[in-house]
Formats: sequence, structure tokens, C-alpha cells
Amino acid sequence: MKSFSYMRARDVTEATRAAQRPGSKVIAGGTNLLDLAKLSIERPSALIDVNRIPGLKEIRRLPDGGVRIGALVTNADLAAHPLIREHYPLLSRAILAGASGQIRNMATTGGNLLQRTRCVQFYDTSDRCNKRAPGSGCGALDGANRMNAIVGGSASCIAVHPSDMAVAMRILDAVVETTDAHGAHRRIPIDDFYVLPDAAPQHETVLTPGEMITGVSLPAPPQGMQSYRKVRDRASYAFALVSVGAIAAVEEGHFTRVRFAFGGIAPKPWRIEAAEAALRGKPRNAQAISTACDIALAGAAGHGDNDFKIALAHRTLIAVLGA
Amino acid sequence: MPQAPDALLPAPELSAPIGPGNVRREGHSKVTGNALYSVEYQPDQIGATEPILYGAAVLSTIARGRIAAIDTKNAQAMPGVRLVLTADNVPRQSPWGPLNAPVRFARSQPVFFDRTVRYFGEPVAFVVADTFENATAAADLVSVRYEPLDASIVLKESGGINPAPLHGGKSADSRTGNFDEAFAQSPHQIDVRYDTPYQNHAAMELQGSLAHWKDGKLTVYAPAQIPDAMQEGLAATFGLPKDRVRVVARLIGGGFGGKLPYFSDSVACAIASRILKQPVKFSFTRQQMFTATTHRPAVLHHVRIGVGADGHIHALAHDVVSQTASFDNYLDGDTMGAKGLYRADAIQTTQRIARLDLPRSDSMRSPGDASGTLALESGIDEAARLCGLDPVEFRLRNDTQINPSTGQPFSSRHLAECLRQGAEKFGWSTRRKRREGEWLIGYGVAAAMRDNMLRPSSAEVTLAPDGVLVARLAMTDPGTGSITVLSQIASEAMGIPLDRVTVLIGDTDFPPTAGSGGSFGAESAGSALYEACVALRGALQSKAEVAAGTHLHFADGALIAGDRRYPLGRLVGAAGLTVQGHTAPGMEAKRYAEATFGAHFVEVAVNAVTGEMRCRRMLGAFAAGRILNARTARSQALGGMIWGLSSALIEGNVVDPRGQFVMRDLANYHVPIMADVGAIDVMLLPEIEPVANPIGIKGIGEVGINGAGAAIANAIFDACGVRVRSFPITLDKLLPGLPTLT
Repeated sequence: MKSFSYMRARDVTEATRAAQRPGSKVIAGGTNLLDLAKLSIERPSALIDVNRIPGLKEIRRLPDGGVRIGALVTNADLAAHPLIREHYPLLSRAILAGASGQIRNMATTGGNLLQRTRCVQFYDTSDRCNKRAPGSGCGALDGANRMNAIVGGSASCIAVHPSDMAVAMRILDAVVETTDAHGAHRRIPIDDFYVLPDAAPQHETVLTPGEMITGVSLPAPPQGMQSYRKVRDRASYAFALVSVGAIAAVEEGHFTRVRFAFGGIAPKPWRIEAAEAALRGKPRNAQAISTACDIALAGAAGHGDNDFKIALAHRTLIAVLGA
Repeated sequence: MPQAPDALLPAPELSAPIGPGNVRREGHSKVTGNALYSVEYQPDQIGATEPILYGAAVLSTIARGRIAAIDTKNAQAMPGVRLVLTADNVPRQSPWGPLNAPVRFARSQPVFFDRTVRYFGEPVAFVVADTFENATAAADLVSVRYEPLDASIVLKESGGINPAPLHGGKSADSRTGNFDEAFAQSPHQIDVRYDTPYQNHAAMELQGSLAHWKDGKLTVYAPAQIPDAMQEGLAATFGLPKDRVRVVARLIGGGFGGKLPYFSDSVACAIASRILKQPVKFSFTRQQMFTATTHRPAVLHHVRIGVGADGHIHALAHDVVSQTASFDNYLDGDTMGAKGLYRADAIQTTQRIARLDLPRSDSMRSPGDASGTLALESGIDEAARLCGLDPVEFRLRNDTQINPSTGQPFSSRHLAECLRQGAEKFGWSTRRKRREGEWLIGYGVAAAMRDNMLRPSSAEVTLAPDGVLVARLAMTDPGTGSITVLSQIASEAMGIPLDRVTVLIGDTDFPPTAGSGGSFGAESAGSALYEACVALRGALQSKAEVAAGTHLHFADGALIAGDRRYPLGRLVGAAGLTVQGHTAPGMEAKRYAEATFGAHFVEVAVNAVTGEMRCRRMLGAFAAGRILNARTARSQALGGMIWGLSSALIEGNVVDPRGQFVMRDLANYHVPIMADVGAIDVMLLPEIEPVANPIGIKGIGEVGINGAGAAIANAIFDACGVRVRSFPITLDKLLPGLPTLT
């Protein structure tokens, strides 16, 4: 682990200015960054601690019926908040399906969105990884890839975004609010926030140097039954093999409104609106759901160890949306 | 002075058959964080005046080849760095081995002694600095250039060699009757192949050491399950007489066989401490543990069972190939279950080892039996189903009181009682295979057996004038409860209240023991301590002026002779009284087969849609002779059963194309968490063990894992009709067999 300087930022302006410098990293809960730094995968020269910046730990109701979540709200607090539990149970369930109680106590909303995509080769500095060492190749494509992506990856990277929370937020049409070093604010729809790996997997989001997440806002929840189902190798504290979040309204055995997204199969929360549209008005049965899943997973391909995820994604979606 | 005849001082009686559930004596210090582990000692606690230095290891990044060059310039230039140890500058040590050493844990194990790389993740350099951070940062800067060679990393059935020549010519194979003939003539035949995976040690305490050379003597603080073996090994490595090496292992944060061997951490720390004249400590990181220590080998199993029309097993064969390192000869005893669990006219077992360019395999809880019974007891379930017999009834029908491979009678064997009483408590006969929504509910059973072993051990007891008894022995407590049960044995044998008994362990300055491992720890050390107490009783009796013919007994810290009471402290002089005891296997070990038995019953739920599997209920019934401590024995059984669950559903590592273990941290290398376990219960059957040892116990540390995983696999088949013969049964292996959704 490389030595680094440490600075405690008093406000967003100070934090973003400091974070703009090359080698600087913002730290909040540190649940991902510190792990990576200890393994010399992240090698920050400066840590900008934002935990004491006032005003970023609030959850408040918005006039349009939505909520705004401060970037420093912990996963534990967010999942337990009455507003979230009542109006966005999908989000509570997704968060509680992730990590462990200890990690959720530390991890923040902004940090959760910004955790690096995962892959065992990314974590092994002796292996090839285009994300960790651009241009070095990918050890997962022809190596162990049971946990890797079946959609959204590229010839250079098939790492998976591991967040459960982000899957729920994608379904809820979350908007990520940021401030950059010049004081400019952006409101970025979560789907635009993440970028697919293509040829440059080291870039996982559209954030510019120094730009910092200050909060996330959720519009009022759509009508329908909210659910989140995570299929994994053990009952808790494991990354998803496949997870499915959904909000579905059904009338007389037919879908009227449906949203769904997958976790554990792509470099970002995987939601395809065309697949949802294909379900509208369709009978609630395995065939209709499977057809919609085919649209969502168009072009999906396994890489050997993870071939099973395609079938598992279908089956899990049927389990979640089926009668 | 008249002596009371021995007949009037009967041997001490221990509580029987199920001892009290005393809490761990060191438990409070552990759960409050006050317990000190090997790498946590401060200079003043080890008699050092200098500060302790920190080590960091550099591991190889090829599976096989040569080190062309190691560039340590940048590392040496880092702040605080005191030494970079590599093949270029390491002092002379004894050569590795020998392979056929009688105690493989006492072999010489030099570090960095040549430029050969034998596996991926092998330590190739060791950096010592003033702080942990400086050592670690400098280790990152050591640059190694390799000349790689083709590596053999895939376990294949055809790749095995017969290890017999390596083990003094004694064959690991067995043959009773004519298997081929008996199998061919059997109306029901099972002929199946199973595989069990690599499993890595994931104990809470990492492997690490603190070494201190002082006045020509080396002291190493390390989590050694067998301090005496480690002492011998270090002495051999450095060409020293044994009395110049001391190993201290007062507390161990989980052993499970992973700390039976010693590792490069202690050797490297010792070399560095000798050169730098300061204590040096080092602990592998969690990631490094996966390659730089040992693992349970992957095993390929071929199981064949021939059954007669009457449900009797006529032929049983278990042929295995297991991995060992290219430079080692570790043999996992995977066929022990086949040799001893069931009466069969013909039994054939073969064990082959495949030398691969992978890290060393060695013991992990119930080595051999744990993986062997996954295959065997699944195969037995397949055979029972093929015959249309209830799997409990099938096992009862093939029970035996004679070890079928050796012809020896079992000293005590209550497998049938475990099956019957376990079945009754579990509700086996009223089980109802069913569907609950998405979940398919099924039931499974399996038998468990673990050979019982007594190993030579000794102990010393000192009675002080204040009546306090102190026992000393180089036994260890890797979390099993040794300290607690040894205290109980001494307390009960001497009639001295538990709070006036102190047991000091984990130090080669104390009388040697077999240490902890192979379920032999409590039995071997406990018997030695018992013998020491018997000797002390005799010595105290002779010091009391007791009239001939008086009945004697020890109680409440006193020798009671008729109506006279002699407080024990008053029978010894100011210096106290010290005596030793010793135990070793006797003739009974040759006349009898000795083993602990048990039976597992489980209920699982399999999700018909997603393939998720959950163990809902688990019951283990065990007969292990006298149970010294109901609480710690139960914990041992629970831990074993949960590991069995882990082996069935969760745990296993794979090797990537480079020869690297893929999973190297606890986020990826899965072991069960609480939510996986469900309702779990243990029955300890009262049992008299008349032969094995003077304290009437049998090993309980490992039997819990044996068969537990197979019971789950059998229940999964019961639930959904899919037999996955590759462990662990992860849902991706189950999915193809589940019905399609409509």
C-alpha cells in the first residue's frame, strides 16, 4: 500500500477542488476504496475525506412526491428510513440484500453508486486487466469468469457492477446530482451516469475529475408491486449471480405497467425499456415474461463459467413477475 | 510408615457419560479482545528490549519455472527497510524434506533456497522494515523476472501415481475378497464418479509468526497445532539442537489442520531476526493465505457398489486420485469410510496422488474422510434407492461390529443407535417430501465415521502448598476447548475444584504432546494429564500417614482417608510436588479397531425456479465414548456439520489457467454465514469406550463433518430428483436438471 496524504474537506467546494488534482480520491465510507488500496489496485496519492461536510446526510420529501437522498446517507440509514420503506420498498430490499450489516453501516449512497465494477482478475494485480492496467488485456474472457457479465461487456472487459442499490435506483429513475470543481451542478439520469466498458473500461461513469455526487433524487414511485430478488451462492453476504428488481401492476391477469432490471449480469444495472414495453397488456405467464427477457438480454453471451446466467436470468425474472 | 494398599485407592472417576458443559476458560478473554495471539505480543511480553520489526512477503506469479533475476534496489531504498531476503542472499539452511519423514510436520522447510518456482503464489522474497506499512509498500517494489515453464495444473484420473513407495512401502490400498467377481455378480450395481474440490483454510487467525533470536536461542511465537513438531522442523531447518529452539503457541485462532504444518513465515522471520538482531514478525495477508499455506486437495472419486437382492452390500470399491504438490507426497485418506463403514464381502480401495504445479495440499478438518464420505455416502444413497430400500434401513442392514477391512472388532461402535435414535428425534419415518410454493422439500441421511487415534503424549502436574494444581504440557487449543477439558480432567482426577486448577499449554518448554489434530488431541493430551494425576495421587497417598486398609478418595482439595481429611497442600513441601505422566498406544490399538460414529439427518428446500438450495434442518447424532464437556463437544460437532453443509453447497476453489487459485478473499471464497445454517441440533449418545484410553473418550473434533455434506446432497436429490456428482452443488450445476418453466 502506497503512502498517501489525507485531507478532511469542510465543504463541497473544498472537496471538489482537492479531488480534481491527479491521484486524488474522495473517500466516504471507504468500503470499496480501502479494500482496493490495500491490494494496491487503487493507488491514491491523496484521500479527500468528505464525511464531515454538512448537509449531505439528509433524506427529505420533495414537493413532487419524490425524495432527495444526501450522498452521505449510509446504506443502513437509507434502507431503514420510513419514507423509503413506505414508498420505495424495492430500494430498501435491494440495499438489505447487499453486503453485510457492518458494511452497510459504513457505505454511503454516493459511494455505493461509485464502487468499481467487480471481477476477480481486477483484484489480482498479477493478472491481466484492462480496467486496472489499460492495455494489459483481460484475464476473465478466457479465464475464470463465473461471476462476470453476459451483457454490456466488451472485448476488453466483462466486469460486473455489483450494487444492488443501483439496480433499484435504475428502476426508480433516479437522478444523480453532482457538483464539480468549478461549482457547476449536474443532474444526471442514472442510466446516463454509467458508461459501458467498450475499449476503455477504466472509465465507469461520466464523472469528470473532481466532480462529486452530492445526492440522489427519486421521483414519486410508480404504481405497482415492488420487489427485489437476489439469487446468490449463499443466503447472505454474497454478490448476485442474478438479481431482479421490478415494479409491476397487473389487472385481470395482464400486465398494465412493468419496470424491471437485472443486477449481477452487466457492467451497470441492466434495464431495457423496450423489454418492459413488450410486456404491457400481455398475460402474466412464463412465456410472455420469457419473451420480454429475451429482449432485455438481446445479444447476451456467456464466456464459459457464466453461461448459466442467461437461463438463470430468465428463471429469476419469471419467479419475480410470474403468477 | 504404613502404606495403604493400592486396591483401596481406586482409579479416579471422571464424570460420565456426558460431562458438564463448563464454559471455555479463556472464552471471556477472547470475546472481549483481550486474548493475545502470536503476532500480537509486544516486546516486553517476549523479553525483548528492541522494537519488533515487520515483514512482508512477495509471492511468485508463475506456476512453474525459474527466477531469472530479482531486483530489490527500489525496495531497499524505501524508508525504514532493513532487509530484503531472497534466493540471492538467504543464509544456508538444510535441504527440504525428507519426503518420507515419519512426522511430515517436523521436516526441514528452508525458504528461498533455490531459484525454482514450484507454484503460483509461492513466497520468493521477504521484506523487513520498521513498520508494517513500510514493509508492505517496499514489497510492492520488489521486481522479479521469471523464466516460465509449462505447468501441469489439471487433476486427471489418469495422472495419479501410487504413493506406496513414498510411504515406506506400506500400501495405501486395501483389498478384501474379490471385488471384480462380487461386483459382476451383484444384481444391483452403482458405478459412479464424484469429484470434490480444493478447499482453502479460512480460519479467522491468519498464518503468522513472531521470531526472536536471543543468546543463540530461537523463540518463535506461532499458531502451531503441534509445537513439538514445529520445534523439530525449525531445528532441522537451521541445523540446531532442539533445545535451542522454543515454540510458543498459547492461543490459536482456528487450526483445522491448516496449522499442523509450519510455514515460510516462521522460517523467514527467524532468519531475519538472526541477521537483524531484533524480533521480527510477519503474517500472511488473507489473499496470500490461499497459496502460501496448505489446502484440502481436489479429489476424483470412482465409487462402485454391488448389492444383492437382499439389500446386502456384496462389493464396494472406492478409487481416488488426489492432488499433491509437485515436490510433496501428501495423501488424503479418502477411502477410510469405504474400509470401515459397512460389512461387504469384497472391498477394494486405491489411492493415487497426482503431482501438480500447485500449492501444497495437506490436512483440513477430517482430511480424506470429509471429501471421501461426500462421495461414498452419496453413492450409498444411490445404492439404497436402486434397491428400493429406505436409506436408514439400508445402512442398518449393512452395519457391522467388525472392521471389514482388517477383521478387528470395533472397541465400541454404535452407528446403528445413532441411526435409530437420530431418525426418531428427527422424525425420519414421518418425513413428507413435498412442494411448498416454489420450494421442493426433501430429506437425506448419511453415516459418519472417523478413526480414533491415541498419540504419545506427556504432561506434568505441580501441586503447590496452597493447594493449587498447575498442569504443564505442550498441548494446544485451536479453539476446540482443550484448556477447558484438560482443566476438567485434572480437577475431577484430583478432586480439586476447577478454580484451583491452572492448565498451561502451548510451549515446547513443557512436556511434549501430540498437539491438536486428527481428533487425537483431547484423548492423547488428556490421557497423559490423567496419568500424571494418577501418579500425583499415588505420591500424595504415600505422604499421608494413612492406616493400612483405609479407603481413600480425593475430594474438595483433600485426601479423605476414612474420617480423616488431609488438605492436599499440606502434604507437599514448600517447593510443591511435581510429577509427570505419559501415554502411548498399547497393544489394544492392534487388537481393536477404534472409531467414532454418527448419523446425519437433514431437510433441504430446493427452489424449483432458481435452483437455490437451503438447508432447513440438520441433526447429527454421535457416539464418541465419554463426552468430557457437553458444551465444547457439541460445538465441535456443530462446527463440523456446518463445514459439511459448506462442502455440499458452498465451498470450493478453482484454479485459473495460470495455476492461481481464483478465490482469495472471504468475499469470494464462500463459507457459510448464519443465514445458511437453519435449525441445527446435535445428539450425543452415552457410550462406554472400554479400550482406547484410560479416560474413555474418543475423538469428536472431526466426525461431525463426515457425511454431513452427503446427507444434504442426498436430500437435494430427494427434493428435486437431480443428482449432482460434482461438489459443491452450486445452483448452476443443478439448473440444467430442473424442469423448464411454463
